[in-house]
Amino acid sequence: MARSTPEIPNASMADIAFLLLTFFLVTTTMPNNKGLSIALPPPPEAAPPDNVKIQEKNMFKIQINSSDALLIEGEPREDISTLKEEIKAFVLNNGRDPASSDNPEKAIVSFKTDRGTSHKRFIQLLDIIQGAYYDIYADQAGVTNAEFREAASDLTVPKNKEIYEKGRAGIPLNISIADPTKVGN
Amino acid sequence: MSKFKKKTEVKQEIPTSSMPDVVFMLLFFFMVTTELRETSIEVKQQIPRAEQLRKLMRKTLVANLYIGEPTKPQYGKEPKIQADDTFIDTKDIVRWVNEKRNELEEFERDQLTVSLKVDQDAKRGIISDVELELRKANARKLLYNTLQEENKLD
Repeated sequence: MARSTPEIPNASMADIAFLLLTFFLVTTTMPNNKGLSIALPPPPEAAPPDNVKIQEKNMFKIQINSSDALLIEGEPREDISTLKEEIKAFVLNNGRDPASSDNPEKAIVSFKTDRGTSHKRFIQLLDIIQGAYYDIYADQAGVTNAEFREAASDLTVPKNKEIYEKGRAGIPLNISIADPTKVGN
Repeated sequence: MSKFKKKTEVKQEIPTSSMPDVVFMLLFFFMVTTELRETSIEVKQQIPRAEQLRKLMRKTLVANLYIGEPTKPQYGKEPKIQADDTFIDTKDIVRWVNEKRNELEEFERDQLTVSLKVDQDAKRGIISDVELELRKANARKLLYNTLQEENKLD
């Protein structure tokens, strides 16, 4: 008795798979969990009134007005390509230049915006300031900037924590983001 | 002279038997690398770019706030704050943070990170109002969501 071999028709398999594929393409998104991470200061009422006078030379002032124009250390500025190096030099001054910071622990980068400043400009400047600090940390830990940030993202791994602590030793991330002024908006 | 013989007509066919395999492979790739949309975002979201990014490792500890101009004209032109599927006011943020905290396990509640997905044209004013409320709610881990800037060659 001749047996007919049973066969499943598979010509439409590709169509079915395409249909599923299209469904997933439409209903899903690429996750984006990356960005500039900061820690906010404690709630206004809980913060002790700061009577500590910060010396002018220990502050690196960056201000942006409501039309996104920059004021760095009191000087209007257009070109920001050298800003990162300036911040690094300021933080790591250690009293060499008497007009600049005493030591990295006292050095503060003060960042003030206006209510009318655009978020794009804010991110651009915050990126530069954080970049300067990450460069310093990475140098101190002996890794590249990208490796340091990678390590800082996941401190549960002991090796990452070691890199992170080595990099951060003695140099706190002193970025002060002040409440915005109220000219625009 | 029949040196140049006419070629016998050959039927040209693309083999399609491996097509399902190829498509399934694509399908699995997308299933693994993407995630389901949980909210439909009702505000403009043109996220700014930056270089010094850090990654959030645990997605369960992240709460998203979207800020931008509403995409539908009936909600006006002023930037609004969207949390989950609704627009919220700045005064509701403390309550929203507490709700998010309650969804977490007890030992993880202080590790909640708020991810701000802000349109690049939004102003600092509304963002700083949100930040002030977050400080009041004691949710002090903050991430400004950005895309990776293509590395400049210099």
